[in-house]
Amino acid sequence: MNLSSLKRYLGLYAALWKNSVTREMSFKGNFILWIFVEILWFGLQLSFVSVIFSQTKTIGTWTQWQMVLLVGASNFIQQLYQAFFLTNCTNLSELVRTGKMDFLLLLPVNTRFLVSLRVVDLGAFVNALFAVCVMTFAAVKLQLHPTLGQFLGFGALCLVGILIHYSLMFILATICFWTVRAQGIVWGYYNLFNIARMPDEAFRGAFKAVFTFALPVLLVSNVPVRVLADKFYAPRAWLLLLGAGLLWAMIAEWFWRFSLRRYTSASS
Amino acid sequence: MRKYFQVIGIGLQNNLQYRVNYLTRTLFSFIPLFAMLSLWRTIYADNAGAGEHSGFTREQMIFYYMLVAVVDVFTAVNEDDWQIAADIREGAISQFLLKPVDYLWYRLALFFSGRIAFISMAALPLGIFIFCFRQYFLLPPDAGTFVVFLLSLVLTALLQFFISFAMAMLSFWLLEISTFIFILFAFEYLASGHLFPLDVLPPALKQVLFVLPFPYMLYFPIQIYMGKVAGAGLWQGMATQCLWVLVAYGFARFMWRRGVKHYEAFGG
Repeated sequence: MNLSSLKRYLGLYAALWKNSVTREMSFKGNFILWIFVEILWFGLQLSFVSVIFSQTKTIGTWTQWQMVLLVGASNFIQQLYQAFFLTNCTNLSELVRTGKMDFLLLLPVNTRFLVSLRVVDLGAFVNALFAVCVMTFAAVKLQLHPTLGQFLGFGALCLVGILIHYSLMFILATICFWTVRAQGIVWGYYNLFNIARMPDEAFRGAFKAVFTFALPVLLVSNVPVRVLADKFYAPRAWLLLLGAGLLWAMIAEWFWRFSLRRYTSASS
Repeated sequence: MRKYFQVIGIGLQNNLQYRVNYLTRTLFSFIPLFAMLSLWRTIYADNAGAGEHSGFTREQMIFYYMLVAVVDVFTAVNEDDWQIAADIREGAISQFLLKPVDYLWYRLALFFSGRIAFISMAALPLGIFIFCFRQYFLLPPDAGTFVVFLLSLVLTALLQFFISFAMAMLSFWLLEISTFIFILFAFEYLASGHLFPLDVLPPALKQVLFVLPFPYMLYFPIQIYMGKVAGAGLWQGMATQCLWVLVAYGFARFMWRRGVKHYEAFGG
């Protein structure tokens, strides 16, 4: 990709942002209510942590505030992913069902770019900010003094986490080229990433292996938090996360191209 | 009465179209379920005294979550509220105002057939799951308890349905009601015992919760099955559950009447 096409895509993306802002502002009440819904569910997860730790002092080596940090980081990653990608992924089946996909395919722009980034969920940024507040609070409780290196490492690993969220969800969404009715997709996604906020040490055996190596959900927020919270982590943990991120991104791209070849439009 | 049996039959045929959807839904829901079991197993393995406060042994804790999954399959509302909201929004409701069919009973019949279709698809994977964890499986204390459990299960389903129906009635006034559904669901998720048995909470808080309808939407029948409530407490609980079902029914009716009045005024 050369510079001029990069500029063109940035310009396009800016226009999409403008569109999203206009749309959100026309349903202000709803916009605020959705933020409230997300905060409520975040609070629910945090209350679960406090209930769990009323029964035990640690889970493996994870303490209560470390787990709060984990739930916060998990929510942070999920909200950022949601801001950019979630609505678009869930809309894909609708585009196929209504035949709007035809129109997008005709545009002289990369279709995956359009399909993935059309709508921006602005409320999710607000919720990501809440997650940062909770993480900061937990970090103060843990008396953490992260170095710049730790911060950068954490940030970079969060980006990989977002990439994994996006790749896995995009694969799930692409299935709609086969079965048009794909309401179960969001359900599947939430169930899958439900375990991302659990401490990795709560698991062992085949379950842990599957969700570490095959579907790296257990790495997504555990590894960045381990880096940030001075917890022991094997150097290969972040290599594994990075590798898994790249691998799933490649599979998602391949699957997208493969599915697109099968696309015969809804009307014909 | 006979026409509603017809509705059940038709609903059953319609719902069986979504066999694969139900199956994947059930399979995906095993991920967080299994994660929860692992989490508690780790907690009980690390702390000998983990169950002292809640009165739950390790086996009971694991079995609790299995029962949650079973009761959920039997009683949870999954698509009904969205469908009712869509019926109202899109005007499909008009035909019921002309026909000698009561919309509430019609939806209840559909809810019933939806549950049967769901159970028939979920039974096999759920059965396999329980079989894998059969060492934790507990029988109810006696046959009488089991009968009361079944009775309470029916009341739970009715309570779930009437509350969802009343919520969906908001569609008469609002375009978007999903935020309200998710807000209510968040409270239900926490206070009905989805996330953890309510016994792990401080006794005062638990008492407050039992004034609300939420524990009767999941937790109460489980409590009966596990023999955690007996004697006078059991009958008092059953009476409270009946009362909540009646209140919810009355409220659903009230919302329906108000809604229809508003709808006619709006359309006429």
